[in-house]
Amino acid sequence: MIRVALVTRAIDPAALIASIASTGYGAISLFAGTVRDTSDGRAVSAIDYSAYTSMAEAELEQIVAEAADRFGVTSLIVEHRIGVLSLGETSVAIVAAHAHRGPALDCTRYVIEEIKKRVPIWKMEHYIDGTREWVDPTKASGVTAK
Amino acid sequence: MSTVTVQLFASYAESFGGPTLELPLKSGSTVADLLDHLRVLPGASILPDSPRVAVNRKFATADQVVGPGDEIALIPPVAGG
Repeated sequence: MIRVALVTRAIDPAALIASIASTGYGAISLFAGTVRDTSDGRAVSAIDYSAYTSMAEAELEQIVAEAADRFGVTSLIVEHRIGVLSLGETSVAIVAAHAHRGPALDCTRYVIEEIKKRVPIWKMEHYIDGTREWVDPTKASGVTAK
Repeated sequence: MSTVTVQLFASYAESFGGPTLELPLKSGSTVADLLDHLRVLPGASILPDSPRVAVNRKFATADQVVGPGDEIALIPPVAGG
């Protein structure tokens, strides 16, 4: 099973793992991105995610096709949430299953790095002090995001 | 001369003041020509030197020719994940 989705409801990583599980796999790798309470030294209260939906879904499809081909993974699910998320909520989940851990781990890493480069999704951070700002990863900041 | 609709998102939509712009389009116009039209509009100071442009939901090169039937979007720096 390979599928991608932009969703407006809460992401349930455990349910995604359960949906992909099979006794044929020896490894299931999960990456979950979550909303952090600070950004570049500022206290964050929430993040509002938006997207160019049709292109974002097309890019996600392209990325998972590349990952499946590159790592020999046949079970891969990606969900990215859109809308206003509270601290600690899951913004993105990537689940990859394989007979062995190497391809499963490499696959999730590849997918999240490619999402960050080329899927048209944006986030506006809302701060505790009432201000807000669009996040621009191309601009240098005091802290290098890795 | 026809016109083309350019979709804007996120910070670009805020800066240009709306989710779409109508731009003039000569036959044979390229992505670079569209960007030249955009750069003189109010709000264009937000654009980097080489903004990313999508044509029909795929990232396009500056020399790609666009027509009135194409779906064109200006893509701000992405920040998913």
